[in-house]
Amino acid sequence: MAVHKRSYRSYAGEFSPAWSRLLIVSRYAYQRALSSRFIVAYFAICFFYPLGCALALYMNHNQRLLAIFNLSSFFSVDATFFYHFMNVQGVLAFILTALVGPGLVSPDLANHALPLYFCRPFSRVEYVLGKLFVLVLMLSLVTWIPGETLFLIQSSLAGASWMWSDLWMAASIFLGSAIEILVFSLLALALSAWIKRKTAAGAALLGVFFFGAGFGQAINAVLRTKNGSLIDLGSLIARIEIQLFHQYARRMTAIPADWAWLVLLAIGAFCLLLLEKKVRAYEVVRG
Amino acid sequence: MPPIIELEGLGVTLGGRKILEGLKCSLSGRAIGLLGPNGAGKSTLINTLLGFYPVAAGTARVFGRNIRTEIKQIRALAGYMPESECFIGQMTAVSFVRLMAELSGLPSEAALERAHEALFYVGLGEARYRLLGTYSLGMKQLAKLAQAIVHGPRLLILDEPTNGLDPPARQRMIRLIREMRDSRDLHILLCSHLLRDVEETCEEVLILKDGHQVHYANLEEERRANRRFLELETLGGDGAFAEAVERLDCECAITGSVLSAPAWSHTGRSPRRFKMVLGQDFALQDLYRLAEEHGVQIRRLNYRRDSLEDIFLKAMENSNGRP
Repeated sequence: MAVHKRSYRSYAGEFSPAWSRLLIVSRYAYQRALSSRFIVAYFAICFFYPLGCALALYMNHNQRLLAIFNLSSFFSVDATFFYHFMNVQGVLAFILTALVGPGLVSPDLANHALPLYFCRPFSRVEYVLGKLFVLVLMLSLVTWIPGETLFLIQSSLAGASWMWSDLWMAASIFLGSAIEILVFSLLALALSAWIKRKTAAGAALLGVFFFGAGFGQAINAVLRTKNGSLIDLGSLIARIEIQLFHQYARRMTAIPADWAWLVLLAIGAFCLLLLEKKVRAYEVVRG
Repeated sequence: MPPIIELEGLGVTLGGRKILEGLKCSLSGRAIGLLGPNGAGKSTLINTLLGFYPVAAGTARVFGRNIRTEIKQIRALAGYMPESECFIGQMTAVSFVRLMAELSGLPSEAALERAHEALFYVGLGEARYRLLGTYSLGMKQLAKLAQAIVHGPRLLILDEPTNGLDPPARQRMIRLIREMRDSRDLHILLCSHLLRDVEETCEEVLILKDGHQVHYANLEEERRANRRFLELETLGGDGAFAEAVERLDCECAITGSVLSAPAWSHTGRSPRRFKMVLGQDFALQDLYRLAEEHGVQIRRLNYRRDSLEDIFLKAMENSNGRP
């Protein structure tokens, strides 16, 4: 119908499947996030290190190059290589979360837009999943997807025997990334939902990590304990990655891995609770 | 007409306070008004019908669907224009309305087409590519209306739609609501504390006070009923005239003198005021004939029509004794 026919009429066409609607929120959120040149530029930078690693893997198996230096290999591609890769990409993923995450929920809350979402056949769970999907996809593109790609490149260059003997690393890359992605995303969404100002939410996310780390170290120093690291998110994630990549010789092993898992689970649950409280059409004020 | 909204002892408790209690009625009008003073529970009722607040007691049905168990289906049938300013500031109007249409289930292309149509319909066609954050209050209200109708709902819920509008913008909003009502494609539930808005647009009205239902009125019927009251100011006329009028299927009472007698003493007739409740078969010509027969001069004749304000004030008065 042409737009000049200005009379009200009902809609009699087809409807999209209900399951696909959470992706609508994601699509619009991507559009909004990627409209910032800074975020696009930073997102591109996140691929530099994986590209460098891919090039290094290629050179590590280039016989002509190795012959020039009279070496059998430049470096060994083992769990430590992927552990470092995960650490570098983890930091980049965290900064990406701090750039994109706060803009996901806080503008809707600041503009009181949530009733407009939820007066439709669209639930709060779908809303949160739709917003979460934005971060999950972006962080996946800078963590486990390039990680697994590097694993496949190394497998293709080193042969099937390397791949089968080190297949557990592929699982560790995925699991370690999944933990990072979920913790970062949930934390970013929860802070975005609690702090209506986008910049303040971004600052709070950085604060949770850096103040947590500083405060944790202070507790460790003053009380001569290692339990202060339990409030240091970076240490907790690193502790789990140490376990996943069998890097037991590294420091920070004093925190038991089980505790690290438990604390991260508790943080995830707490973030979900915060989202449950805040992502509502209208807040009920008690009293 | 089958009921649009049925309230079956509906009660809502928020933050430990009873906000709505024991609401029971069946509303089936094309345009239903929700009236009440501030804090009466109008918006709470709307929000409960949309599933935003949990039901504490009883239930309600919208188009026969239970709000406790079929809220998603109800939301699919409803369009909602909230009271507060709500939009996404960094979006153009057309993107915003399109997003809302897509969330209501319209495929992307249909959503875009309907978004353009809806914005043209409400009068924002020329401004549809502007960011919502740059809109005036009146334009934001219209954008909210556009997102509420973009998916062609069967029930349009408007919460204080004329809030903050200047008189021309208010008139435009009222005109749009009337047009939609008359299109017969949808029902309207209009919540307002402005009696004039409800009077100009609604056929049926539910009046709330302190979370209780204090009055339900079918405005069309009330208007018809109120037309049967007649106030008459005359020169002359006495008990005999009143008795003659009563024989015309009327109730008639002399309510007093209009002016002091000396002013009219030269006519030999004293001014009177009659109040009449007219019967079904009453014809005005009969009244003129009787006046002539009794030598009564009719100085003023006035149909007294109870306005919505009268109904509202009466309802408020009657509810004062309620515990």
